[in-house]
Amino acid sequence: MDSRAVVLKKIRAAKGGASSEAAAGAAWAAIPRRFTQAATREHGAVLELLMDRLLDYDAQVSLVQPEAVRATVAGMLTARGVLRMVVPVGLPDAILPQGFEFVVDAGFSNAELDGFDGVLTMAKVAIAETGTVVLQNTAGQGRRAATLVPDYHLCVVRAADVVETVPEAMARLEGTAALATTFVSGPSATADIEMTRIKGVHGPRFLDVVLVAGGEEA
Amino acid sequence: MSGVALDPRTAVAFPMAARAAMGDTQLQKNVRHATDVIQAKRARVVGEMPDWQELRETGKQIRQHTMEHLDVYLEEFERNCTKAGGVVHWAQDAAEARQIIVGLAKAAGADEVIKIKSMTTEEIGLNAALEAAGIHPFETDLAELIIQLGQDQPSHIVVPALHKNRQQIRAIFQREMNLPDLGETPQDLADAARMFLREKFLRVKTGVSGANFLIAETGGVCVVESEGNGRMCLTLPETLITVAGIDKVVPRFQDLEVLLQLLPRSATGERMNPYNSIWTGVDARDGPKAFHVVLLDNGRSEILGDTEGRATLNCIRCGACQNACPVYRQTGGHAYGSVYAGPIGAILTPQLMQMEHAQSLPYASSLCGACYEVCPVKINIPEVLIHLRNKVVEQNGPMNPEALAMRAMGMIFRSERRFRAAQRLGRVAEMPLVRKDGLGEGWIGWLPGLLGGWTQVRDLQAMPKETFREWWEKRNG
Ligand code: SF4
Repeated sequence: MDSRAVVLKKIRAAKGGASSEAAAGAAWAAIPRRFTQAATREHGAVLELLMDRLLDYDAQVSLVQPEAVRATVAGMLTARGVLRMVVPVGLPDAILPQGFEFVVDAGFSNAELDGFDGVLTMAKVAIAETGTVVLQNTAGQGRRAATLVPDYHLCVVRAADVVETVPEAMARLEGTAALATTFVSGPSATADIEMTRIKGVHGPRFLDVVLVAGGEEA
Repeated sequence: MSGVALDPRTAVAFPMAARAAMGDTQLQKNVRHATDVIQAKRARVVGEMPDWQELRETGKQIRQHTMEHLDVYLEEFERNCTKAGGVVHWAQDAAEARQIIVGLAKAAGADEVIKIKSMTTEEIGLNAALEAAGIHPFETDLAELIIQLGQDQPSHIVVPALHKNRQQIRAIFQREMNLPDLGETPQDLADAARMFLREKFLRVKTGVSGANFLIAETGGVCVVESEGNGRMCLTLPETLITVAGIDKVVPRFQDLEVLLQLLPRSATGERMNPYNSIWTGVDARDGPKAFHVVLLDNGRSEILGDTEGRATLNCIRCGACQNACPVYRQTGGHAYGSVYAGPIGAILTPQLMQMEHAQSLPYASSLCGACYEVCPVKINIPEVLIHLRNKVVEQNGPMNPEALAMRAMGMIFRSERRFRAAQRLGRVAEMPLVRKDGLGEGWIGWLPGLLGGWTQVRDLQAMPKETFREWWEKRNG
C-alpha cells in the first residue's frame, strides 16, 4: 500500500468510516455564520475607514476625483523621489502622468525588477476594516513578482472596489479564486525584534494608495 | 543552545528543563516583554470586533467539520491542486516527508533552498536532512534567520526568536554576517537581514514553505506572513515545495472569511498581517514552474482517532495560548523540548508522539484556563490536558497515588463552577499532582518546587489574587 492509501485508511479508521462529499457538503452549508458579513457603514464612511487604517500603517493615501488621479499620482511619485516605474499589462493610460518613465512588465527577470524604483498597479478589491488591498494576476494588477521586488508600491483603487468587511471581499474574490492572489496590508513589516514594529523588511518598504471617487454603482 | 533540533524523544523532561529556564532571568525578561506587548495588541484589535465570539464559534465549527470529513477534503484538495498543475505527495511520518522533500530538491538540481518560516519543517527536522544531502537551507523569516545564524531553536510558534533581545541579535548578526559596525536599533538589524537575504532571494531557484491553509475547493494554498520573505520564496524560485500537515485543509475558499479574521488578530495583534498569498497550482505567467505539496500525517491521524484529543487538530497555530500562559511566560519555549511550546505544545507534542514521549507536558500547566479564553477556534486546552493526564496515568498504571489525584481533578474540572471554585482556593488542587517519570524518580516534588519558583519572582509577576478568568471577564465587561 502506498502512503496515500495508508494515510487515508488511517483517517477513515480514526473517524469510524469514510465520509461522502454529499454529506460533507450538506454539513458545511449548515455551519452557522452569525458574524458580521455585510457593511455596517454607508460607503463614504467605509472609504474614510480604509484611509484611516492605511494611514495607521504609514501609507500615504488620497481620495480624489477621476480627473485628478494623474496629478495625484505625479505628486506621490515626486514626494517619494521615484522616477522609473514598472507597470503591469493593462493599466489604463489615463492614470499615468507625464514626466516619469513607466515600463510595461514584459516578464522581467527578478534582477531586472530589482532595478526599478517602484511599481504602479490597480487592485481587485480593498478591505476598509483591515486596511488591505487585494491584487490578482489580471490586467492592471499583474504578476506577483512585479509588486514584490521594487521598493515602492503605488496602488490606485477605485472607490467602487472598496468594501468594509473581510467576508464582502471574499465574496468578490470567489469567482476568480484560482488566480494568484495577494493581500497587502500596509508595507512589509516585522515585529520579530522585541516586538517593535519595523517597517520594510523584504517586500516594498513604502506603500501609497490613491482612491478614485465615483463609479460606486459600476 | 546547540543548534540540534528540539526532539521530544531525547529532550529533558519539562520540569527539569523548566527549572533551568527559570534561573535565566534575561530569558524571562525577554519572554515577558514580548508576550506582554503582543497580548496588549491582541486585546486591542480583538476588542474592536463586536462579532468576535461569533467568529470564534464559526471558526471552531469549520475546523471541527473539516476533521469530521478530513478524507473527503484531502482528496478534494489533491484533485484540484493536481488539476491546477501541482503535484501532491503523501508522507506517513517525518522520515518519509524529509525523504520526499530532499528528493525533490535534488531533482530540481538545488544545492541551496530558501525557506519560509514553517513549524512543520521544524517538526520533521528538515534543515538537518537537507544539510546532510549537501543542500543548504536559508531561513528567510527574520526570527528564523536569527535562530539559524545563532544555532538556536525556536521558542514560539509565531515569533520563534522572542527569547532574544536586540543586543543578543546584534551580536549574532555581527558575527555571522561579518558586520562589526552594525547598530543595535531594530531598524538596523532588519536592514542587515534585508541586505543579507536580498541576493539569495534573487538567485536561489528552489523554495520550501509550510502552509497556513490548504483550500479543498480550489486546490489553493494560503500563506500568511509579514515581512515579504514569504512572497519572495513563493514567487521568485522556479521550484516550490510546500509541506503541510493533513490538518491544514479547509473546505471552501469562503471559509477564509473567518480564518483570515481570527488568525492575524490572535497571532500578531494586527487587523490583518501585511501579506497573505494564495496560489493555486502553477501559472505559466506568474511564479514557480514546478509546485509540490507534501501532505504530512506524522501522528495526526492517531490524534483524529481520539475523540477527546481530536480538537487539538483544530489549531490554526496563532500562538495566542502561548502568550497567555503563565507557565510559558515563566519558562520560555525551549523547556517544552519540542518545536511546539506553550499550551498547544503541551497537548500536541505528546499526542504526535503517541503518548510515548513528552509525558510530562500535560502537567506543564496551571489549568488556569487563559489559553482557552484566547483560542480563536475555542479549543478547550485544559480539558484536553486533563484527558491526556488520564492517558498518562493509564499508561503508567491505574493504582498509583497520581491516578487517585487525577480522579479528584477530573471531578473538579468536569464542571466549570467547581473549576472556578478550585482556582479560588489558590489552585492547591495542583499540588498533589506530582509527576513521576517511568522509573519513579528524577523529579518528584517538582510542582511545589516550580510554584516556589514563581513566588520567588513575585515582584515580576505576583500570583494573582483573582484568577486570570475573573480578571479577563472584568476587563472585557
Ligand atoms: S491552540 Fe488555539 S490559541 Fe493555541 S495556537 Fe492553536 S489556535 Fe492558537
